Amino acid sequence: MIWSKEETLSRKEIESIQLERLKETVHKVYDRVLPYRAKMDAAGVKPDDIKSLKDLSKLPFVTKQDMRDNYPFGLFACDRDDLVRIHASSGTTGKPTVVGYTKSDMQVWTECVSRIACMGGATKKDIAQICFGYGMFTGALGLHYGLENIGATVIPSSTGNSEKQIMYMRDFGTTLLVATPSYALRLAEVARSMGIDPEKDLKVKIGLFGSELLTDSMRAEAHKYWGKDMLITSNYGMSELMGPGVSGECEQLCGMHINEDFFIPEIIDPETGEVKPEGEKGELVITCIKKNGLPLIRYRTKDITRLFYEPCKCGRMFVRMENLSGRSDDMLKIRGVNVFPGQIEDVILAFKELGPHYEIIVEREGYSDKLTIRVELLKSTDSYAELDNLSKSIRYKLHVVLGLDANVLLESPNTLQRFEGKAKRIKDLRKL
Amino acid sequence: MISKQLSIFIENRQGRLGEVLGVLKNNNVNILSLSLADTTEFGLLRLIVSNPALTAEKLVKEGFSAMLTDILVVSIEHKSGSLQGALNALSDSGINVEYMYGLSVHGEKATVVLKASDLKKADEILAENGYSTLSAEEIVEF
Repeated sequence: MIWSKEETLSRKEIESIQLERLKETVHKVYDRVLPYRAKMDAAGVKPDDIKSLKDLSKLPFVTKQDMRDNYPFGLFACDRDDLVRIHASSGTTGKPTVVGYTKSDMQVWTECVSRIACMGGATKKDIAQICFGYGMFTGALGLHYGLENIGATVIPSSTGNSEKQIMYMRDFGTTLLVATPSYALRLAEVARSMGIDPEKDLKVKIGLFGSELLTDSMRAEAHKYWGKDMLITSNYGMSELMGPGVSGECEQLCGMHINEDFFIPEIIDPETGEVKPEGEKGELVITCIKKNGLPLIRYRTKDITRLFYEPCKCGRMFVRMENLSGRSDDMLKIRGVNVFPGQIEDVILAFKELGPHYEIIVEREGYSDKLTIRVELLKSTDSYAELDNLSKSIRYKLHVVLGLDANVLLESPNTLQRFEGKAKRIKDLRKL
Repeated sequence: MISKQLSIFIENRQGRLGEVLGVLKNNNVNILSLSLADTTEFGLLRLIVSNPALTAEKLVKEGFSAMLTDILVVSIEHKSGSLQGALNALSDSGINVEYMYGLSVHGEKATVVLKASDLKKADEILAENGYSTLSAEEIVEF
Protein backbone atom coordinates (compact mmCIF):
# COMPACT_ATOMS: atom_id res chain seq x y z
CA MET A 1 0.00 0.00 0.00
CA ILE A 2 1.11 3.54 -0.76
CA TRP A 3 0.51 5.83 2.21
CA SER A 4 0.20 9.24 0.57
CA LYS A 5 -0.47 10.68 -2.87
CA GLU A 6 2.75 12.73 -2.85
CA GLU A 7 4.71 9.51 -3.37
CA THR A 8 3.20 9.05 -6.83
CA LEU A 9 3.41 12.62 -8.11
CA SER A 10 5.20 13.17 -11.42
CA ARG A 11 8.84 14.24 -11.33
CA LYS A 12 7.75 17.68 -12.50
CA GLU A 13 5.30 18.05 -9.64
CA ILE A 14 7.85 16.78 -7.11
CA GLU A 15 10.44 19.24 -8.36
CA SER A 16 8.00 22.11 -8.23
CA ILE A 17 7.20 21.35 -4.57
CA GLN A 18 10.92 21.01 -3.85
CA LEU A 19 11.79 24.37 -5.39
CA GLU A 20 9.05 26.21 -3.56
CA ARG A 21 10.02 24.66 -0.21
CA LEU A 22 13.72 25.11 -0.83
CA LYS A 23 13.24 28.85 -1.41
CA GLU A 24 11.19 29.17 1.76
CA THR A 25 13.78 27.27 3.78
CA VAL A 26 16.73 29.27 2.48
CA HIS A 27 14.96 32.53 3.30
CA LYS A 28 14.08 31.20 6.73
CA VAL A 29 17.61 30.17 7.69
CA TYR A 30 19.14 33.34 6.25
CA ASP A 31 16.76 35.43 8.33
CA ARG A 32 16.77 33.38 11.49
CA VAL A 33 20.06 31.47 11.87
CA LEU A 34 23.17 33.59 12.26
CA PRO A 35 25.74 30.90 11.40
CA TYR A 36 23.86 30.24 8.13
CA ARG A 37 23.76 33.91 7.25
CA ALA A 38 27.51 34.13 7.91
CA LYS A 39 28.21 31.07 5.77
CA MET A 40 26.04 32.30 2.90
CA ASP A 41 27.52 35.78 3.04
CA ALA A 42 31.00 34.29 2.98
CA ALA A 43 30.04 32.24 -0.08
CA GLY A 44 28.51 35.33 -1.70
CA VAL A 45 25.05 33.83 -2.08
CA LYS A 46 21.74 35.47 -1.15
CA PRO A 47 18.39 33.71 -0.67
CA ASP A 48 17.06 35.32 -3.88
CA ASP A 49 19.87 33.69 -5.88
CA ILE A 50 18.05 30.37 -5.49
CA LYS A 51 15.86 30.38 -8.58
CA SER A 52 16.02 26.74 -9.65
CA LEU A 53 16.89 23.41 -8.02
CA LYS A 54 20.26 23.57 -9.78
CA ASP A 55 21.08 26.65 -7.70
CA LEU A 56 21.15 24.42 -4.61
CA SER A 57 24.81 23.70 -5.37
CA LYS A 58 25.63 27.39 -4.78
CA LEU A 59 24.82 26.97 -1.09
CA PRO A 60 27.53 26.05 1.41
CA PHE A 61 27.57 22.63 3.07
CA VAL A 62 26.71 21.99 6.69
CA THR A 63 28.66 19.36 8.62
CA LYS A 64 28.59 17.72 12.01
CA GLN A 65 31.37 20.14 12.96
CA ASP A 66 28.94 23.03 12.41
CA MET A 67 26.52 21.38 14.81
CA ARG A 68 29.31 20.98 17.33
CA ASP A 69 30.42 24.61 16.91
CA ASN A 70 26.86 25.77 17.55
CA TYR A 71 26.05 23.35 20.37
CA PRO A 72 23.37 22.96 21.56
CA PHE A 73 20.73 25.12 19.85
CA GLY A 74 22.76 27.50 17.67
CA LEU A 75 21.50 26.17 14.32
CA PHE A 76 17.85 26.07 15.34
CA ALA A 77 15.56 28.25 13.24
CA CYS A 78 12.58 28.42 15.59
CA ASP A 79 11.93 30.03 18.93
CA ARG A 80 12.85 27.80 21.83
CA ASP A 81 9.29 27.64 23.13
CA ASP A 82 8.09 26.27 19.79
CA LEU A 83 10.21 23.16 20.31
CA VAL A 84 8.24 20.17 21.52
CA ARG A 85 11.02 17.57 21.50
CA ILE A 86 14.80 17.32 21.81
CA HIS A 87 16.85 14.32 20.73
CA ALA A 88 20.60 13.76 20.66
CA SER A 89 23.03 11.43 18.95
CA SER A 90 26.74 10.75 19.10
CA GLY A 91 28.97 13.67 18.30
CA THR A 92 32.38 13.06 16.76
CA THR A 93 33.97 13.85 20.10
CA GLY A 94 32.82 15.17 23.45
CA LYS A 95 29.37 16.71 23.22
CA PRO A 96 26.47 15.00 21.46
CA THR A 97 24.71 16.30 18.37
CA VAL A 98 21.46 17.93 19.45
CA VAL A 99 18.32 18.13 17.33
CA GLY A 100 14.93 19.71 18.01
CA TYR A 101 11.40 19.44 16.64
CA THR A 102 8.44 21.79 16.53
CA LYS A 103 4.89 20.48 16.49
CA SER A 104 4.79 20.62 12.71
CA ASP A 105 8.20 18.89 12.51
CA MET A 106 6.72 16.04 14.56
CA GLN A 107 3.86 15.78 12.06
CA VAL A 108 6.31 15.65 9.16
CA TRP A 109 8.37 13.03 10.94
CA THR A 110 5.32 10.90 11.69
CA GLU A 111 4.18 11.23 8.06
CA CYS A 112 7.61 10.18 6.76
CA VAL A 113 7.79 7.13 8.99
CA SER A 114 4.21 6.16 8.15
CA ARG A 115 5.19 6.05 4.48
CA ILE A 116 8.31 4.01 5.19
CA ALA A 117 6.35 1.55 7.32
CA CYS A 118 3.76 1.12 4.53
CA MET A 119 6.52 0.59 1.98
CA GLY A 120 7.81 -2.19 4.22
CA GLY A 121 4.39 -3.83 4.28
CA ALA A 122 2.97 -2.54 7.58
CA THR A 123 -0.79 -2.06 7.98
CA LYS A 124 -3.29 -1.26 10.69
CA LYS A 125 -3.56 -5.00 11.38
CA ASP A 126 0.02 -5.38 12.50
CA ILE A 127 1.33 -5.85 16.00
CA ALA A 128 4.65 -4.03 15.89
CA GLN A 129 7.39 -4.74 18.40
CA ILE A 130 9.97 -1.97 18.52
CA CYS A 131 13.31 -3.35 19.62
CA PHE A 132 15.27 -0.12 19.28
CA GLY A 133 16.56 1.60 22.39
CA TYR A 134 14.12 4.24 23.62
CA GLY A 135 15.64 7.46 24.85
CA MET A 136 17.70 10.21 23.30
CA PHE A 137 18.22 8.27 20.07
CA THR A 138 15.63 8.98 17.39
CA GLY A 139 15.20 5.41 16.16
CA ALA A 140 12.65 4.02 18.58
CA LEU A 141 10.35 7.01 18.99
CA GLY A 142 10.44 7.76 15.26
CA LEU A 143 9.17 4.30 14.34
CA HIS A 144 6.82 4.37 17.30
CA TYR A 145 4.89 7.44 16.18
CA GLY A 146 4.81 6.40 12.53
CA LEU A 147 3.50 2.92 13.27
CA GLU A 148 0.88 4.23 15.68
CA ASN A 149 -0.16 6.70 13.01
CA ILE A 150 -0.96 3.96 10.53
CA GLY A 151 -2.96 2.22 13.25
CA ALA A 152 -0.64 -0.65 14.09
CA THR A 153 -0.53 -1.95 17.66
CA VAL A 154 2.82 -0.86 19.04
CA ILE A 155 4.82 -2.76 21.66
CA PRO A 156 7.61 -0.46 22.87
CA SER A 157 9.79 -3.28 24.16
CA SER A 158 13.09 -1.44 23.57
CA THR A 159 16.39 -3.34 23.54
CA GLY A 160 17.84 -5.95 25.83
CA ASN A 161 16.36 -8.83 27.79
CA SER A 162 16.03 -10.94 24.67
CA GLU A 163 14.16 -13.79 26.33
CA LYS A 164 11.43 -11.43 27.43
CA GLN A 165 11.31 -10.00 23.91
CA ILE A 166 10.60 -13.50 22.60
CA MET A 167 7.95 -14.01 25.27
CA TYR A 168 6.15 -10.82 24.16
CA MET A 169 6.40 -11.93 20.55
CA ARG A 170 4.85 -15.27 21.27
CA ASP A 171 2.24 -14.17 23.81
CA PHE A 172 1.13 -10.95 22.07
CA GLY A 173 1.36 -12.38 18.55
CA THR A 174 3.86 -9.85 17.18
CA THR A 175 3.69 -9.66 13.37
CA LEU A 176 6.19 -6.87 12.72
CA LEU A 177 9.68 -6.51 14.11
CA VAL A 178 11.59 -3.24 14.27
CA ALA A 179 15.27 -3.88 15.04
CA THR A 180 18.79 -3.62 13.73
CA PRO A 181 19.51 -6.54 11.39
CA SER A 182 22.02 -7.97 13.81
CA TYR A 183 19.61 -7.79 16.75
CA ALA A 184 16.95 -9.51 14.64
CA LEU A 185 19.39 -12.37 14.07
CA ARG A 186 20.31 -12.43 17.72
CA LEU A 187 16.65 -12.62 18.73
CA ALA A 188 16.14 -15.58 16.40
CA GLU A 189 19.09 -17.30 18.06
CA VAL A 190 17.65 -16.68 21.51
CA ALA A 191 14.23 -17.97 20.40
CA ARG A 192 15.82 -21.20 19.21
CA SER A 193 17.70 -21.59 22.46
CA MET A 194 14.31 -21.35 24.21
CA GLY A 195 12.99 -24.16 22.01
CA ILE A 196 10.98 -21.77 19.85
CA ASP A 197 11.28 -21.87 16.07
CA PRO A 198 10.82 -18.26 14.93
CA GLU A 199 9.43 -19.32 11.57
CA LYS A 200 6.86 -21.81 12.88
CA ASP A 201 6.08 -20.76 16.42
CA LEU A 202 6.02 -16.98 16.00
CA LYS A 203 3.92 -14.81 13.69
CA VAL A 204 6.50 -12.22 12.66
CA LYS A 205 6.10 -11.66 8.91
CA ILE A 206 7.53 -8.16 8.49
CA GLY A 207 10.95 -6.87 9.42
CA LEU A 208 11.63 -3.13 9.35
CA PHE A 209 15.36 -3.07 9.84
CA GLY A 210 17.37 0.05 10.30
CA SER A 211 20.03 1.92 12.24
CA GLU A 212 22.62 -0.42 10.75
CA LEU A 213 23.60 -1.55 7.29
CA LEU A 214 21.47 -4.43 5.96
CA THR A 215 23.75 -6.42 3.68
CA ASP A 216 22.44 -9.05 1.26
CA SER A 217 24.08 -11.77 3.30
CA MET A 218 22.40 -10.57 6.51
CA ARG A 219 19.06 -10.42 4.75
CA ALA A 220 19.56 -13.98 3.52
CA GLU A 221 20.55 -15.06 7.01
CA ALA A 222 17.46 -13.40 8.50
CA HIS A 223 15.24 -15.24 6.01
CA LYS A 224 16.83 -18.50 7.07
CA TYR A 225 15.69 -17.98 10.66
CA TRP A 226 12.52 -15.95 10.34
CA GLY A 227 11.21 -17.66 7.20
CA LYS A 228 11.60 -17.02 3.49
CA ASP A 229 8.19 -15.30 3.33
CA MET A 230 9.14 -12.56 5.75
CA LEU A 231 9.26 -9.17 4.05
CA ILE A 232 12.53 -7.67 5.18
CA THR A 233 13.23 -4.07 4.26
CA SER A 234 15.79 -1.58 5.40
CA ASN A 235 15.19 2.06 6.07
CA TYR A 236 17.46 5.03 6.49
CA GLY A 237 17.67 8.22 8.42
CA MET A 238 19.77 10.10 10.90
CA SER A 239 18.81 12.33 13.76
CA GLU A 240 20.36 15.45 12.20
CA LEU A 241 17.95 15.13 9.28
CA MET A 242 14.98 14.02 11.39
CA GLY A 243 15.58 10.42 12.47
CA PRO A 244 14.29 7.34 10.70
CA GLY A 245 11.98 8.11 7.80
CA VAL A 246 14.32 9.82 5.36
CA SER A 247 14.10 6.82 3.05
CA GLY A 248 12.97 3.20 3.01
CA GLU A 249 12.76 0.16 0.79
CA CYS A 250 9.53 -0.96 -0.83
CA GLU A 251 8.66 -4.60 -1.58
CA GLN A 252 10.65 -4.39 -4.84
CA LEU A 253 13.84 -4.27 -2.77
CA CYS A 254 15.64 -2.08 -5.29
CA GLY A 255 16.82 0.81 -3.16
CA MET A 256 15.31 3.10 -0.54
CA HIS A 257 12.80 5.73 -1.68
CA ILE A 258 13.69 9.15 -0.32
CA ASN A 259 10.76 11.28 0.86
CA GLU A 260 11.56 13.93 -1.70
CA ASP A 261 8.86 16.39 -0.79
CA PHE A 262 10.71 16.82 2.51
CA PHE A 263 14.33 16.11 1.55
CA ILE A 264 16.44 16.95 -1.49
CA PRO A 265 19.32 14.51 -2.00
CA GLU A 266 22.55 15.16 -3.87
CA ILE A 267 25.60 12.97 -4.41
CA ILE A 268 28.94 14.72 -4.17
CA ASP A 269 32.58 13.86 -4.47
CA PRO A 270 33.63 13.88 -0.79
CA GLU A 271 37.05 15.29 -1.72
CA THR A 272 36.10 18.16 -4.00
CA GLY A 273 32.49 18.78 -3.01
CA GLU A 274 31.44 18.68 -6.69
CA VAL A 275 27.96 17.34 -7.42
CA LYS A 276 28.06 14.02 -9.27
CA PRO A 277 25.72 12.90 -12.05
CA GLU A 278 22.90 10.40 -11.51
CA GLY A 279 24.01 6.84 -10.89
CA GLU A 280 27.51 7.71 -9.72
CA LYS A 281 28.73 6.75 -6.30
CA GLY A 282 29.60 9.43 -3.77
CA GLU A 283 28.68 11.05 -0.48
CA LEU A 284 25.00 11.67 0.18
CA VAL A 285 24.14 15.29 0.93
CA ILE A 286 20.63 16.10 2.13
CA THR A 287 18.71 19.36 2.36
CA CYS A 288 15.69 19.44 4.66
CA ILE A 289 13.00 21.57 3.02
CA LYS A 290 10.07 21.28 5.38
CA LYS A 291 11.48 21.67 8.84
CA ASN A 292 11.15 24.50 11.31
CA GLY A 293 13.30 23.37 14.22
CA LEU A 294 16.52 22.35 12.52
CA PRO A 295 16.28 22.84 8.74
CA LEU A 296 19.76 21.68 7.71
CA ILE A 297 20.87 22.73 4.25
CA ARG A 298 23.23 20.54 2.25
CA TYR A 299 24.06 18.40 5.24
CA ARG A 300 26.96 16.08 4.59
CA THR A 301 25.80 12.66 5.79
CA LYS A 302 29.23 11.04 5.12
CA ASP A 303 27.32 7.98 3.87
CA ILE A 304 28.38 6.66 0.48
CA THR A 305 25.62 5.65 -1.94
CA ARG A 306 24.10 6.20 -5.42
CA LEU A 307 20.78 7.64 -6.59
CA PHE A 308 18.40 6.24 -9.20
CA TYR A 309 15.56 8.33 -10.58
CA GLU A 310 13.81 5.94 -12.97
CA PRO A 311 10.31 5.02 -11.76
CA CYS A 312 9.99 2.02 -9.48
CA LYS A 313 7.64 -0.91 -10.19
CA CYS A 314 5.88 -0.17 -6.92
CA GLY A 315 4.37 2.99 -8.43
CA ARG A 316 6.32 5.45 -6.32
CA MET A 317 8.10 8.22 -8.16
CA PHE A 318 10.51 9.17 -5.39
CA VAL A 319 14.20 8.69 -6.11
CA ARG A 320 15.82 5.54 -4.75
CA MET A 321 19.13 5.45 -2.89
CA GLU A 322 21.17 2.29 -3.00
CA ASN A 323 21.96 0.47 0.23
CA LEU A 324 24.93 2.24 1.79
CA SER A 325 28.37 1.14 0.74
CA GLY A 326 30.48 2.79 3.38
CA ARG A 327 31.37 6.08 5.01
CA SER A 328 33.55 8.97 3.95
CA ASP A 329 34.63 9.42 7.58
CA ASP A 330 35.74 7.01 10.29
CA MET A 331 32.39 6.50 12.00
CA LEU A 332 31.66 2.93 13.09
CA LYS A 333 28.26 1.34 13.60
CA ILE A 334 28.45 -0.94 16.59
CA ARG A 335 25.29 -2.74 17.66
CA GLY A 336 23.37 -0.06 15.76
CA VAL A 337 25.05 2.77 17.65
CA ASN A 338 27.16 5.43 15.94
CA VAL A 339 30.66 5.43 17.34
CA PHE A 340 33.35 7.93 16.41
CA PRO A 341 36.92 6.97 17.29
CA GLY A 342 37.40 10.55 18.55
CA GLN A 343 34.93 9.85 21.36
CA ILE A 344 37.01 6.88 22.48
CA GLU A 345 40.22 8.89 22.20
CA ASP A 346 38.74 11.61 24.42
CA VAL A 347 37.98 9.06 27.13
CA ILE A 348 41.45 7.50 26.97
CA LEU A 349 43.35 10.78 27.00
CA ALA A 350 41.51 11.82 30.14
CA PHE A 351 43.16 8.98 32.11
CA LYS A 352 46.57 10.03 33.33
CA GLU A 353 47.42 6.38 33.98
CA LEU A 354 47.26 5.66 30.23
CA GLY A 355 49.48 6.53 27.31
CA PRO A 356 48.10 8.24 24.20
CA HIS A 357 48.23 5.13 22.03
CA TYR A 358 45.22 2.89 21.69
CA GLU A 359 43.64 0.38 19.35
CA ILE A 360 39.96 -0.15 18.66
CA ILE A 361 38.95 -3.66 17.67
CA VAL A 362 35.46 -4.50 16.47
CA GLU A 363 34.57 -8.15 16.02
CA ARG A 364 31.47 -10.15 15.35
CA GLU A 365 30.62 -12.78 17.96
CA GLY A 366 27.67 -14.78 16.74
CA TYR A 367 25.30 -12.01 15.64
CA SER A 368 26.52 -9.40 18.04
CA ASP A 369 29.30 -6.84 17.71
CA LYS A 370 32.07 -6.88 20.26
CA LEU A 371 34.10 -3.76 20.94
CA THR A 372 37.55 -4.02 22.50
CA ILE A 373 39.86 -1.14 23.34
CA ARG A 374 43.54 -1.82 23.90
CA VAL A 375 45.35 0.79 25.96
CA GLU A 376 48.85 1.15 27.36
CA LEU A 377 49.65 1.54 31.02
CA LEU A 378 52.03 4.41 31.60
CA LYS A 379 53.33 3.35 34.96
CA SER A 380 53.50 0.08 36.72
CA THR A 381 51.70 -0.93 39.84
CA ASP A 382 51.88 -3.64 42.41
CA SER A 383 48.18 -3.74 43.07
CA TYR A 384 45.53 -5.87 41.41
CA ALA A 385 42.86 -3.68 42.94
CA GLU A 386 44.37 -0.63 41.24
CA LEU A 387 44.43 -2.34 37.85
CA ASP A 388 40.94 -3.66 38.30
CA ASN A 389 39.60 -0.28 39.32
CA LEU A 390 41.33 1.41 36.41
CA SER A 391 39.88 -1.08 33.96
CA LYS A 392 36.39 -0.69 35.44
CA SER A 393 36.67 3.06 35.44
CA ILE A 394 37.65 3.14 31.74
CA ARG A 395 34.75 0.84 30.89
CA TYR A 396 32.37 3.01 32.83
CA LYS A 397 33.49 6.22 31.09
CA LEU A 398 33.29 4.55 27.69
CA HIS A 399 29.77 3.44 28.50
CA VAL A 400 28.78 6.95 29.54
CA VAL A 401 30.11 8.43 26.30
CA LEU A 402 29.26 5.69 23.79
CA GLY A 403 26.25 4.05 25.39
CA LEU A 404 27.95 0.73 24.72
CA ASP A 405 29.82 -1.87 26.73
CA ALA A 406 33.44 -2.26 25.71
CA ASN A 407 36.15 -4.65 26.79
CA VAL A 408 39.26 -2.90 27.97
CA LEU A 409 42.65 -4.55 27.63
CA LEU A 410 45.45 -3.04 29.65
CA GLU A 411 48.84 -3.51 28.01
CA SER A 412 52.46 -2.80 28.80
CA PRO A 413 53.99 0.39 27.42
CA ASN A 414 55.16 0.22 23.79
CA THR A 415 53.04 -2.83 23.03
CA LEU A 416 50.73 -1.14 20.53
CA GLN A 417 51.82 -0.33 17.02
CA ARG A 418 53.19 3.17 16.38
CA PHE A 419 52.46 4.96 13.13
CA GLU A 420 54.53 7.45 11.25
CA GLY A 421 51.84 8.72 8.93
CA LYS A 422 48.13 8.62 9.65
CA ALA A 423 47.51 6.29 12.56
CA LYS A 424 45.42 3.21 11.85
CA ARG A 425 43.89 2.68 15.23
CA ILE A 426 40.78 0.82 14.13
CA LYS A 427 40.60 -2.88 13.34
CA ASP A 428 37.15 -3.72 12.07
CA LEU A 429 37.28 -7.49 11.77
CA ARG A 430 33.56 -7.96 11.10
CA LYS A 431 32.66 -9.74 7.88
CA LEU A 432 29.22 -8.45 7.02
CA MET B 1 64.27 -3.99 57.44
CA ILE B 2 62.28 -2.99 54.41
CA SER B 3 63.40 -4.67 51.17
CA LYS B 4 62.61 -4.30 47.49
CA GLN B 5 60.50 -6.51 45.34
CA LEU B 6 60.17 -6.23 41.58
CA SER B 7 56.55 -5.96 40.36
CA ILE B 8 55.92 -6.48 36.66
CA PHE B 9 52.63 -6.07 34.86
CA ILE B 10 52.15 -8.72 32.19
CA GLU B 11 49.31 -9.22 29.76
CA ASN B 12 47.72 -12.63 29.79
CA ARG B 13 49.26 -13.57 26.47
CA GLN B 14 51.22 -16.57 25.34
CA GLY B 15 54.96 -16.13 25.74
CA ARG B 16 54.82 -12.93 27.74
CA LEU B 17 56.23 -14.44 30.93
CA GLY B 18 59.04 -16.01 28.90
CA GLU B 19 59.97 -12.60 27.51
CA VAL B 20 60.38 -11.20 31.02
CA LEU B 21 62.50 -14.17 32.07
CA GLY B 22 64.59 -13.69 28.93
CA VAL B 23 65.54 -10.18 29.99
CA LEU B 24 66.53 -11.51 33.41
CA LYS B 25 68.65 -14.24 31.90
CA ASN B 26 70.45 -11.84 29.54
CA ASN B 27 71.39 -9.69 32.51
CA ASN B 28 72.47 -12.58 34.72
CA VAL B 29 69.77 -11.87 37.24
CA ASN B 30 68.99 -14.68 39.64
CA ILE B 31 65.41 -15.20 40.84
CA LEU B 32 65.19 -15.95 44.56
CA SER B 33 61.43 -16.20 44.71
CA LEU B 34 58.40 -15.38 42.63
CA SER B 35 54.68 -15.08 42.83
CA LEU B 36 52.38 -14.92 39.84
CA ALA B 37 48.63 -14.62 39.90
CA ASP B 38 46.38 -13.72 37.05
CA THR B 39 42.97 -12.39 36.18
CA THR B 40 41.44 -13.16 32.78
CA GLU B 41 43.31 -10.34 31.10
CA PHE B 42 46.50 -9.58 32.97
CA GLY B 43 48.77 -10.74 35.75
CA LEU B 44 51.28 -9.28 38.17
CA LEU B 45 54.61 -11.01 38.41
CA ARG B 46 56.31 -10.34 41.73
CA LEU B 47 59.97 -11.21 42.01
CA ILE B 48 62.65 -11.22 44.63
CA VAL B 49 65.90 -10.98 42.67
CA SER B 50 69.58 -10.50 43.30
CA ASN B 51 69.64 -6.95 41.94
CA PRO B 52 66.15 -5.44 41.91
CA ALA B 53 67.00 -1.82 40.98
CA LEU B 54 69.16 -2.72 37.98
CA THR B 55 66.69 -5.38 36.85
CA ALA B 56 63.79 -2.92 36.97
CA GLU B 57 65.76 -0.49 34.85
CA LYS B 58 66.58 -3.16 32.25
CA LEU B 59 62.97 -4.31 32.10
CA VAL B 60 61.61 -0.79 31.64
CA LYS B 61 64.14 -0.25 28.89
CA GLU B 62 62.80 -3.35 27.16
CA GLY B 63 59.27 -1.94 27.29
CA PHE B 64 57.93 -3.76 30.33
CA SER B 65 55.87 -2.11 32.98
CA ALA B 66 58.09 -2.85 35.98
CA MET B 67 58.52 -1.15 39.34
CA LEU B 68 60.07 -1.63 42.75
CA THR B 69 57.78 -2.28 45.67
CA ASP B 70 58.61 -2.16 49.37
CA ILE B 71 58.10 -5.47 51.16
CA LEU B 72 59.35 -7.27 54.25
CA VAL B 73 61.18 -10.54 54.14
CA VAL B 74 60.36 -12.14 57.48
CA SER B 75 62.39 -14.90 59.00
CA ILE B 76 60.37 -17.45 60.95
CA GLU B 77 60.96 -20.78 62.64
CA HIS B 78 60.35 -23.64 60.27
CA LYS B 79 57.65 -25.18 62.44
CA SER B 80 53.93 -25.32 62.81
CA GLY B 81 52.28 -22.14 64.15
CA SER B 82 55.25 -19.86 63.65
CA LEU B 83 53.80 -17.96 60.70
CA GLN B 84 50.47 -17.66 62.47
CA GLY B 85 52.22 -16.05 65.44
CA ALA B 86 53.75 -13.39 63.23
CA LEU B 87 50.43 -12.71 61.51
CA ASN B 88 48.54 -12.54 64.79
CA ALA B 89 50.97 -9.95 66.06
CA LEU B 90 50.36 -7.81 62.99
CA SER B 91 46.62 -8.30 63.03
CA ASP B 92 46.45 -7.37 66.74
CA SER B 93 48.11 -4.07 65.88
CA GLY B 94 45.61 -3.33 63.15
CA ILE B 95 47.97 -4.03 60.29
CA ASN B 96 46.47 -5.54 57.17
CA VAL B 97 48.50 -8.03 55.16
CA GLU B 98 47.93 -7.41 51.45
CA TYR B 99 49.75 -10.44 50.11
CA MET B 100 52.38 -12.94 51.05
CA TYR B 101 54.38 -15.73 49.48
CA GLY B 102 57.13 -18.11 50.56
CA LEU B 103 60.73 -17.29 49.84
CA SER B 104 62.75 -20.24 51.04
CA VAL B 105 63.23 -22.91 53.64
CA HIS B 106 66.68 -23.49 55.03
CA GLY B 107 67.24 -25.92 57.87
CA GLU B 108 65.28 -24.73 60.88
CA LYS B 109 64.53 -21.34 59.33
CA ALA B 110 62.04 -20.28 56.70
CA THR B 111 61.38 -16.90 55.10
CA VAL B 112 58.24 -15.33 53.68
CA VAL B 113 57.73 -12.17 51.61
CA LEU B 114 55.07 -9.98 53.10
CA LYS B 115 53.35 -6.80 51.90
CA ALA B 116 51.34 -4.91 54.51
CA SER B 117 49.41 -1.68 54.81
CA ASP B 118 52.05 -0.02 57.01
CA LEU B 119 55.41 -1.66 56.43
CA LYS B 120 57.41 0.42 58.87
CA LYS B 121 55.04 -0.30 61.71
CA ALA B 122 54.81 -3.94 60.67
CA ASP B 123 58.60 -4.19 60.84
CA GLU B 124 58.58 -2.75 64.38
CA ILE B 125 55.78 -5.01 65.58
CA LEU B 126 57.52 -8.08 64.19
CA ALA B 127 60.77 -7.10 65.90
CA GLU B 128 58.95 -6.57 69.22
CA ASN B 129 57.55 -10.08 68.88
CA GLY B 130 60.91 -11.68 68.16
CA TYR B 131 60.70 -11.95 64.38
CA SER B 132 63.58 -10.60 62.34
CA THR B 133 63.30 -9.17 58.84
CA LEU B 134 66.13 -9.62 56.40
CA SER B 135 68.22 -7.03 54.55
CA ALA B 136 68.94 -7.26 50.83
CA GLU B 137 72.28 -8.86 51.47
CA GLU B 138 70.86 -11.38 53.91
CA ILE B 139 68.16 -12.30 51.38
CA VAL B 140 70.73 -13.16 48.72
CA GLU B 141 72.81 -15.15 51.15
CA PHE B 142 69.97 -16.93 52.85
